[in-house]
Amino acid sequence: MKHTIFLSLSLAVFWLLNSGHNTALMLSLGAISIVLVLYIAHRMDVIDHESQPLHLTLKLPGFYVWLIKEIILANFLVVKHIWLGNKTISPAMMTIKASQKTDIGKVIYANSITMTPGTVTVNLKGDQFLVHALVTESIEDLVTGEMDRRVTRLEN
Amino acid sequence: MNISSVLLLLIGSFLCISGGVGILRFPDFYTRMHAVGVTETLATAMILIGLMLQNPDGLVVVKLMIILLMTLFISPTASHALASAAVHNNLMPELDNKEDNKKVKSSNP
Repeated sequence: MKHTIFLSLSLAVFWLLNSGHNTALMLSLGAISIVLVLYIAHRMDVIDHESQPLHLTLKLPGFYVWLIKEIILANFLVVKHIWLGNKTISPAMMTIKASQKTDIGKVIYANSITMTPGTVTVNLKGDQFLVHALVTESIEDLVTGEMDRRVTRLEN
Repeated sequence: MNISSVLLLLIGSFLCISGGVGILRFPDFYTRMHAVGVTETLATAMILIGLMLQNPDGLVVVKLMIILLMTLFISPTASHALASAAVHNNLMPELDNKEDNKKVKSSNP
């Protein structure tokens, strides 16, 4: 129930921000479209803790700040290697282990790896992630598990 | 306000160009994907934030933020889909370490 309420609220905010109209006709059309979307989402059975991860709300901002810092640092690294040329890169592919229990935790971890430039999650089997990296050092950073720990803490 | 906006736009453009150069320069598919990563994360963010500062009051800022969020949510999924499609079709990366290369081949069905 709380996921449905949250979804309708976020849809309403999204509609208002995108339209900017507030005449009665427009608002009622917006309300009808929100109800329609809610009905379709309900029929598809996608309104649950995975599409609306409310339990993460409080912990997410801190993780985002850390992730943005990581993304900026990784960007500098990749840009450096782009301009230094092919001789400085050392591509590597390795299987690393993830400690997350839930599917959503694994998805957050895999997406965080892919979002930081220089590392891409290629395949995911159980708790084994196949990761490709532009320089071997970035995979070694992942193996030490800073990001893994942070995502696991987010999940609990 | 205007100066910081111009600065951010310039940095964003430089990062976009770097990404493009990386795509042309890097040796194989997977390394090229990392170059695209620069364009789709920091470069996009810089350009969109620069545009937000051009008109800091009004709905435009919110819309640009929605675009930024969508890009940041969608791009890792797209990169992962590309990479996994490449692996499933047995496109092997050029690796630095020959032993790693064997391991990847044996772990891939």
